[in-house]
Amino acid sequence: MAETSVLLGLAGVTVSRDGAQLLADVQLTVTSGERVVVLGANGAGKSTLLKVANGVLVPDHGRVDSPPRTAQAHVFQRPAVLARSVFANVQFVLAAHGVDEPERSARAKRALLACDLASLRDRPARTLSGGEQQRLALAGAWACEPALLFADEPTANLAPVSARAIEQLLLRLHGNGTTLVMTTHNVAQARRMATRIVFVDGGRVVEDRSADEFFDRPESAAARAYLEGETL
Amino acid sequence: MNFPHELMTSPKFRVQRAMFGALASAALAALSGLMPASAAAQDTSIVVSSTTSTEQSGLFGFLLPQFTKSSGIAVKVVALGTGQALDVGRRGDADVVFVHDQTAEEKFVAEGAGVERVAVMYNDFVLVGPADDPAKAAGKDIVAGLKAVHAAKAAFVSRGDKSGTHAAELRYWKQASLDPAGEKAAWYRDTGSGMGPALNTAAAMNAYLLADRGTWLSFKNRQNLKIIVEGDSKLFNQYGVILVNPKKHPHVKAVAGQKFIDWLVSAEGQGTIAAYKIGGEQLFFPNAVKK
Amino acid sequence: MSLLADSFGSALTLLASADATLAEITWLSLRVSATATLLAAALGLPLGAWVALARGGWRQSVIVVLNAAMGLPPVVVGLVVYLLLSRSGPLGTLGWLFTPTGMVMAQTVLITPIIAALARQTIEDAHAPLADWFASLGLTTTQRVVTLLHEARFSLAVVLLAGFGRAIAEVGAVMMVGGNIAGSTRVMTTTIALETSKGDLPLALALGMLLVTLVLMVNGGAQTLKRWMERRHG
Repeated sequence: MAETSVLLGLAGVTVSRDGAQLLADVQLTVTSGERVVVLGANGAGKSTLLKVANGVLVPDHGRVDSPPRTAQAHVFQRPAVLARSVFANVQFVLAAHGVDEPERSARAKRALLACDLASLRDRPARTLSGGEQQRLALAGAWACEPALLFADEPTANLAPVSARAIEQLLLRLHGNGTTLVMTTHNVAQARRMATRIVFVDGGRVVEDRSADEFFDRPESAAARAYLEGETL
Repeated sequence: MNFPHELMTSPKFRVQRAMFGALASAALAALSGLMPASAAAQDTSIVVSSTTSTEQSGLFGFLLPQFTKSSGIAVKVVALGTGQALDVGRRGDADVVFVHDQTAEEKFVAEGAGVERVAVMYNDFVLVGPADDPAKAAGKDIVAGLKAVHAAKAAFVSRGDKSGTHAAELRYWKQASLDPAGEKAAWYRDTGSGMGPALNTAAAMNAYLLADRGTWLSFKNRQNLKIIVEGDSKLFNQYGVILVNPKKHPHVKAVAGQKFIDWLVSAEGQGTIAAYKIGGEQLFFPNAVKK
Repeated sequence: MSLLADSFGSALTLLASADATLAEITWLSLRVSATATLLAAALGLPLGAWVALARGGWRQSVIVVLNAAMGLPPVVVGLVVYLLLSRSGPLGTLGWLFTPTGMVMAQTVLITPIIAALARQTIEDAHAPLADWFASLGLTTTQRVVTLLHEARFSLAVVLLAGFGRAIAEVGAVMMVGGNIAGSTRVMTTTIALETSKGDLPLALALGMLLVTLVLMVNGGAQTLKRWMERRHG
């Protein structure tokens, strides 16, 4: 059932802004079924990489092959919610993906249930806590049944309990067939979530290997130093 | 993308649609109420440009309903300074002009902006000033009065707005061989305002001022002012009415406008003018030439 | 001081007398300014939203012009619209001079920049935290505009109230374009100006108090509506 295919391909991607090079000659391929975690320090270029991958940012050089918008979903560090009810927020994302009624309401309902937000469905989304808002953002993604989900530091602003809940949801989403590309600076989270690690430092992809191999035997000095910081 | 569609059909937005509908209907109703009347209705109204002093005397409130009753024509009065009133006529924005500055009116007709100047009535100007009359200007002679004001350097307010009243004031100064405006005399205050505001200023400053009797009689904020000079025949202020030239402005309602002019000089019109009183006093004296 | 007290008493007496002319004047003020506000919203909200979302070097200049246009003197607007609507002017054949329609046009010209400039800032502020998300969803500009107008609806309602307040309080534009004709284009502000110039200050002040009360009521109504909508829909 799960045939592997290349979902996302970046080649020779370079991004400069105001004279500073944010990404230099980045190469990345993501196949279906993976859970790719882009790991690195703040300012290393993780978010820029994700923005190029999902098409928000156009690189100065290089090529990006990604699936159509309707097959993608996005979750950000600061959850993006509209000033309307929880239910209406999910409907909004579905509508943006071209889903009409009555399917739209049905899928929205299922997504809220899956993300444990059904009891909050008529509440103004802006009144939810940070963790609940991020769950709402994920519910929006869930409802779209995307082939590829991009998550940029999805738990960076959350307390550990909420962060774990989000991780669980991401894993369930993956279990349903969504390929995951997420960024984090948190090594422990990367260990829990990744099948593959892309380590970024100074705008370059320094390492790109399976998670087991990376954590067992990091090849680069930068990666070793980064992982060591974890144990200090 | 479904947004406008969703807004228009989804049951979720019933309330919003209802409100929008109510708002739109209200807006249309309000707007239609504001549309200029239909063509037919337009034929039964004319625009007359006149002066603020005439309107503020209350004459129109008394005179025009009589005209409308006997002719079925409504009159909309735009009240401005004489200069502006004539200018409105020149632009064709009024059908009839009704002001009190003979020289300017004759020029208006000579330019071809108006058809014919018809004399209608006159009122008079009065010199008002502080009750204690520090300049000792009181009497029946306006030129002598102004000379006294000048000699005493007493505070004097001028309208300075090219109105009929202002033109008259300048005439009297000239007749006295004086030119306080040119001298830039400190006691001569050029306010560039209408009759009412100028009276307010004079009352506040306890100054002398040339005013038309009509505005003076209805003016409620007199404070310490009273009439100092009146009755000089030089102070008579002649009114003329002119039809705006339909050759220059074909849309002008010439027939209805002429009806108005004919009525003003008719026995009924002249009688109504004479009948207008404030505090039992007649303000305007009809003097149309009897044909 | 006694003048103010007199005027307050006159204001109450005026209201109690339910004077027909006063009702006519008040109703015309409301109709003209409310209509102008709706028209200015129809023009200004999309304009403000479009500038908010646009990109390009010219954008800053447009913003400066829009903001400056908020300070357009009403009497200047009145003069320009008068010259446009005059029979001798380019739009003379419309026949809108000295009519309420002309007054609506003048006030619309006056307050559209206010609504556009304030809407621009409001929508820009609402857009900032949502920009990346909208980009990732691939929304068109129209879709963004519609979504943001809804998103900022409460702030935009206040923008409309600001526009309405400016319109109903101004006298320069409606005086020039309307002509203050008794029984057809006389509104509250022009009546106040007229009564002041006639020296009837108590009446002018009384009318002024009524006008302020009217504006207070409009704003109070808007606030109540907002609370009701918030409770129902968030």
